[in-house]
Amino acid sequence: MSVVDNYVARIDEACGEEKDLIVIFKYDKKDEAIKKILEKAKKEKTVSAMIFELTFRNASFRVYATGKAIFRKLKGKEELRSLLTELLS
Amino acid sequence: MLDVDKIREDFPILKRKINGHPLIYFDNAATSQKPKQVINAAVDFYEQHNANIHRAVYTLSREASELYEKAHEEVASFINAKGMEETIFVRGTTEAINLVAYTWGLRKLRKEDEVLATLMEHHSNIVPWENLSKIRGFRVKYARIQEDGTLDYPSLEDMISKKTKLVCVSHVSNVTGVVNDIKKIAKLAHEFDALVLVDGAQSVPHMPVDVKGLDVDFFAFSGHKMLAPTGIGVLYGKRELLEAMEPFHGGGEMIREVSYDHSRDRCSISWNELPWKFEAGTPNSCGGIGLMEAVRYLKNIGMGNVANHEKALTDYAMGRLKECEKITVLGPKNPKEKCGIIPFNIEGMSSHDVALLLDSYGIMLRSGFHCAQPLHQLLGLKSSARASFYIYNTKAEIDRLIMVLQEIEQV
Ligand SMILES: Cc1ncc(COP(=O)(O)O)c(C=O)c1O
Repeated sequence: MSVVDNYVARIDEACGEEKDLIVIFKYDKKDEAIKKILEKAKKEKTVSAMIFELTFRNASFRVYATGKAIFRKLKGKEELRSLLTELLS
Repeated sequence: MLDVDKIREDFPILKRKINGHPLIYFDNAATSQKPKQVINAAVDFYEQHNANIHRAVYTLSREASELYEKAHEEVASFINAKGMEETIFVRGTTEAINLVAYTWGLRKLRKEDEVLATLMEHHSNIVPWENLSKIRGFRVKYARIQEDGTLDYPSLEDMISKKTKLVCVSHVSNVTGVVNDIKKIAKLAHEFDALVLVDGAQSVPHMPVDVKGLDVDFFAFSGHKMLAPTGIGVLYGKRELLEAMEPFHGGGEMIREVSYDHSRDRCSISWNELPWKFEAGTPNSCGGIGLMEAVRYLKNIGMGNVANHEKALTDYAMGRLKECEKITVLGPKNPKEKCGIIPFNIEGMSSHDVALLLDSYGIMLRSGFHCAQPLHQLLGLKSSARASFYIYNTKAEIDRLIMVLQEIEQV
């Protein structure tokens, strides 16, 4: 199983012109996934230890303690998967 | 006045906590929650009465048939149709509109004809007509909307002509909550001998609707947006139109007779009476009975009270949203022109960002295009967040939304 499939339950391409990509982490793996991401990405802002505004490479994204993340302005799922592979490895 | 505390007791899901917070459900334009009366009606049907309808002579089948027929009668009376012969049960608004497109439209619309829709339609009142126009060659035209999302009536009047055979319009926009003047539109359409199909997905759950009074030809709505289960909805049609139309799907239930003719080696078929002619196959009996229970629940509250409650919530929310610096409320600013749907955006954030942030606080609302991309394009919006209210929502929930939005503005 790939590292992304190990942690990610689903990736949704949200409708709207922004084409945001929403990542839902597996429920039982979400804390581990978030911990790994927080170790690698640069923290720009934290709100109530619940919401993390992050940057990594050229991507800016937000991770929620509830186990979801939103990636903006990526080219598509391929780019997202390669970022997630790095973040979750 | 609604006794909202009492109503809330009927909705088991409202006791849930989401992400550690009490659930606040503001996505009622997408689907409503279900009261225990509806849930129990579905359970009771399967525990006590389940059998295929109209097929057998035994007791259970008769009970199931009677319940299903009664459901048609009560729904017909809820929208003031003449009777159950004008009330076809379908899967929802989408199927109802497709039924009209692929029965009436497929046979009646010709190359030189026009279908007049509006740019505020949900995709389900655009796609069937655009698809059918590829087969039949007619033109689909779109009446314009104004900057605040209200219908540009003069543009509708300009575009309608003797070529127009059908005017398709939503009663209430699922994006802005704008309420269209259906009576006026129907009168205009009939002056040009065009029929009127109304998408009532966002009106029937929220206000009194009288299809006879509105003088519409077809009227579509979905049960799941008005407390009923998913997979059940209604197409109202004037009896004389439905009688003249060919059926949609073919199969059991919709036929009176299928007789084999030896001499021609063919089967000749005669249709069942209305509404069954349009309900081929084993129907969603449980859904229909759930819809009847939902209608009883709403009738009991009174649709006028439902509308007033939502109006009070909308007025309150529109007022309080003004306190949020970075929020732009979209659509008409005057709550009188709309019902309980409020689209908005927060500066510097996508609507999905907003919805995910709110989700962390247990607040569920919709983001994106809401299946109405042309309207967003026209208003110059990349997407929008949308709060939509129903009978169980409270001012306290709106206060909580505002508090969280103000926190989010700081993110
Ligand atoms: C205005 C409008 N029309 C049609 C629909 C489609 O309804 P359904 O998905 O129940 O068929 C919706 C649902 O969101 C709606 O809001």
